[in-house]
Amino acid sequence: MIEVKNLTKHYGRKTAVNNISFSVKDGEILGFLGPNGAGKSTTMNIITGYLSSSDGTVTVDGKEILEDPKGVKSRIGYLPEQPPLYFEMTVKEYLSFIYDLKKIKRDKWAHIGEVCGLVGVEEMLGRRIKNLSKGYRQRVGLAQALLGYPKLLILDEPTVGLDPKQIIEIRDLIRGLGEKHTIILSSHILSEVKAICDRVIVISDGILVADDTTDALSQSLSATRQLRLRIDGPEAQVLPLLRGISGVEKAEPLGEVEKGSRDYMLDVAEGADVRRAIFRQLGKKDWPLIGLEPSQLSLEDVFLQLTQKEKAGESAGDTQKEEAKAE
Amino acid sequence: MMAVTRRELSAYFHSPVGYIFLAAFYALAGVYFFLGALLQNSADLYQVFASMFSITLFLVPILTMRLMSEELRHKTDQALLTAPVSLTSLALGKFLSAAIVFTAGLSVTLVYGGVCSIYSSPDWRLILGNFIALLLLGLALIAIGLFISSLTESQVIAATGGFATAILLLLIDAMRSIFQNPYLVRLVTAISFYDRYSAFTAGIFDFSNAFFFLSVCGAFLFLTIRVFDKRRWG
Repeated sequence: MIEVKNLTKHYGRKTAVNNISFSVKDGEILGFLGPNGAGKSTTMNIITGYLSSSDGTVTVDGKEILEDPKGVKSRIGYLPEQPPLYFEMTVKEYLSFIYDLKKIKRDKWAHIGEVCGLVGVEEMLGRRIKNLSKGYRQRVGLAQALLGYPKLLILDEPTVGLDPKQIIEIRDLIRGLGEKHTIILSSHILSEVKAICDRVIVISDGILVADDTTDALSQSLSATRQLRLRIDGPEAQVLPLLRGISGVEKAEPLGEVEKGSRDYMLDVAEGADVRRAIFRQLGKKDWPLIGLEPSQLSLEDVFLQLTQKEKAGESAGDTQKEEAKAE
Repeated sequence: MMAVTRRELSAYFHSPVGYIFLAAFYALAGVYFFLGALLQNSADLYQVFASMFSITLFLVPILTMRLMSEELRHKTDQALLTAPVSLTSLALGKFLSAAIVFTAGLSVTLVYGGVCSIYSSPDWRLILGNFIALLLLGLALIAIGLFISSLTESQVIAATGGFATAILLLLIDAMRSIFQNPYLVRLVTAISFYDRYSAFTAGIFDFSNAFFFLSVCGAFLFLTIRVFDKRRWG
């Protein structure tokens, strides 16, 4: 469906997107994950033809954007980060304009009505866009991307700025759309991508650092080797006991968080499961184990992990880029 | 293209801009019609058309300032540029909408001709010639204004740029008398809007003058399209 090859984009001396390649199959929902400023929006803007790449190619359905811009654009529905809405227009006027702009050949009002039904804005048709709430504006933005039912939908942070209820609604909607459309969506929220997408691409500093199925990625990321314990017992004796358990590489005291107990952070050897041993050993001493949880990797940690892995494998080219960025 | 034109037209009249432009145009043209024709008991609209030159120069930027700047500021250009529409038809669509509003303003001169013909018999060939001249001048200025508007996100800067162009066009004619260098004088004469326009008001319909305005129009439309294109490569 879509094939991105060696995509690169320079802004002056800054490289926003650096040699990214990936492909998306028909009917797949692909998530772009990355911190703000990672190059997600730039990549999407290039795929949709809003920006040109400095190097590399994008082909949609075998057509290259530079050779057949109209053909490619007519296959794509795009919801940019900031929905492109004309505030002075009513929803109906706006969608009618986009319908004409996209040169869609269907039964106009039936089609607009159908799309509005899908995104849930039928009751807002007569309202001016400037009077709509953020959630409804986002839906109208989604509606304009959907008009004409393009094969490929590109959604840039579709749930940003919405309240939790709206987020769930929009996610459900996107998952539903995934049955008929190929979708690329970006997000900086790991759980969101996990909830919607089949496959994830992680971008950081313009570099593709991971490309995997959602399950595999979240598994490799959740295979954490750190445990956080909360134990009601004398620290001076608990610590050596913990260090004595086979599989524990390191044990650090974290001090008192909850009154009457102490917290510890354990680093566990790869493949070892020490939870049962800890429970039994502490039980023998009658030091109650009040809490045990795998230390959660935050998204920042994930990126750190992935990008550090990447950087270790990279060579001088990357340091040059760092320098250019520092300037 | 027509979708863009229709949207722009509705935008002109959803905001005060379209009304303000038309009101100012009608009011100023009305003043000169009263002073130059009615008060003089004359059916000659020369005064009206002569003074419309500078009025058009200063009113057109109001019409063109928002054309692209507003899109850039609200990032609605993302919808336009990712739609299966060519850059040329986008630029032409925008141009056409301003041209239509301008023509609506301009048409008031035909009404004046009509008013005059109730009481006497004005020279309609002259009125039509002048009408075409003013239309050509307006189209050229709209193209320039559209180009300036495509350069900036700020409507204020776009309008200021438009006014600066207007002042420049008036100034170069005033400056011509003090230039010594014959090449400079020739250059100024070559690009003078006023010379070309006043030939029409004097009753001379010269195709080379008409062609001049159309060329300016085409050149700046072309530049506007280049700006659209360049932005993608930025």
